Amino acid sequence: MSTTAIPAGTKWWNGGRSPFNASYGKVMMWYFLMSDAFTFGAFLISYGTIRFSVNDWADPNKVFNSFPFAGHANLPLAFVSLMTFILIFSSVTMVLAVHEGHNMNRKGVEKYMILTIIGGLAFLSCQAWEWTHLLTGEHVALLSDGTLSAIPTTVKANPWGTDLPHDAMLAALQKTPHDQLVKIAGTLHHGAAGAAHTGAELSNAELISQISASGLHATHSGPIAFGGYFFGITGFHGFHVFSGVVINIVMYFKTKLGHFDQRGHYEMIEKAGLYWHFVDLVWVFVFLCFYLV
Amino acid sequence: MSAHTSSSEITFHPEHTGGTKRIWKIFWVLSVLTIIELGLGYFLYAQHGHLGYSSVLATKIVIVLLTLAKAYYIVSVFMHLGDEIRNFIMTIVVPLILFVWFIIAFLADGNSWKNMRNTDAGSRLNKTEKIVPAATEKGAKD
Repeated sequence: MSTTAIPAGTKWWNGGRSPFNASYGKVMMWYFLMSDAFTFGAFLISYGTIRFSVNDWADPNKVFNSFPFAGHANLPLAFVSLMTFILIFSSVTMVLAVHEGHNMNRKGVEKYMILTIIGGLAFLSCQAWEWTHLLTGEHVALLSDGTLSAIPTTVKANPWGTDLPHDAMLAALQKTPHDQLVKIAGTLHHGAAGAAHTGAELSNAELISQISASGLHATHSGPIAFGGYFFGITGFHGFHVFSGVVINIVMYFKTKLGHFDQRGHYEMIEKAGLYWHFVDLVWVFVFLCFYLV
Repeated sequence: MSAHTSSSEITFHPEHTGGTKRIWKIFWVLSVLTIIELGLGYFLYAQHGHLGYSSVLATKIVIVLLTLAKAYYIVSVFMHLGDEIRNFIMTIVVPLILFVWFIIAFLADGNSWKNMRNTDAGSRLNKTEKIVPAATEKGAKD
């Protein structure tokens, strides 16, 4: 695999050169990334521990089944595939930028850095949409006080528990206060004109019969830890992507100003590239743990 | 190779031959592995409830192995770790072996925790895998 031609008998540890044949900055970048891998690893393993310790976990195919501008179409895995391919592709443009740097081709580095930055921004936009969708999209779930409520996915609660049997839902509806019944009835007419003021004048009994006749699909409230782990880990990863984009923008301008040509090498692009690939590497595992299995 | 006057710490420069062919090859490898993963993920979704415990587990193990293959290609080729000298690779890879213990120990702990809760720490039989939350039982009786 190694393409470095090293004569046999080279004495690496006699001083005067790096025993790892790499600059100090690059070696330290690798050790930083290794420690960051342990941070992400600890987060993901903690998530796994909690997930293994409960009987039911949120089904990713139900939580992540939306796509922008696709309305309420059920499209499991679709949006996260797009995000994954965006990140893989931006990794390719990054490695091409490093390659152009080896050839001292400034224009090539500039072109591929721009493409990498666009890829990073596209990924962040996707993540912003997904978070907004989860934080605002309400679904009807059974709360711990025995009432039903339309709740979004937050770090405190989520509606991603197991399905609620129909008779249990009817029993819970009897205990649900008027304002929540109006809200739940409102979700049934989602998107209909004037839905906002539908039902407030109706009595509880009328609302309950309307809701129970609609074939509403309710669930138990989901595992409490789900939101914290999802937003915590994807947020930590998203922050890495954000800082990677900032680093790449700085590198783009340093390239454009000719700093690396003056220095005689493009090793900074390599170091920024290591960080960027690491972000892609972490996403491979986030994708595995939250969306695939 | 063009002039590549890098840091004086570096004795031998890697020969980046072969142009961008290898990069694009790895891009396709990663894409295909991801598509296979998505296919298996979709298989789990489409067959939900029709598969036995061991089939689901086997599929998930395959997905994990494909993920590890992707991680290997990203680190080895995109991050050029495969082009570094062996001593350096080992200082990165050997500490990562800690993850083997880390994952096994903690997932086993989580699983044990679940069994303890389902059986009241072994004082009763685990009759159901799924425990109905207390609130539902109350709601259903009313």
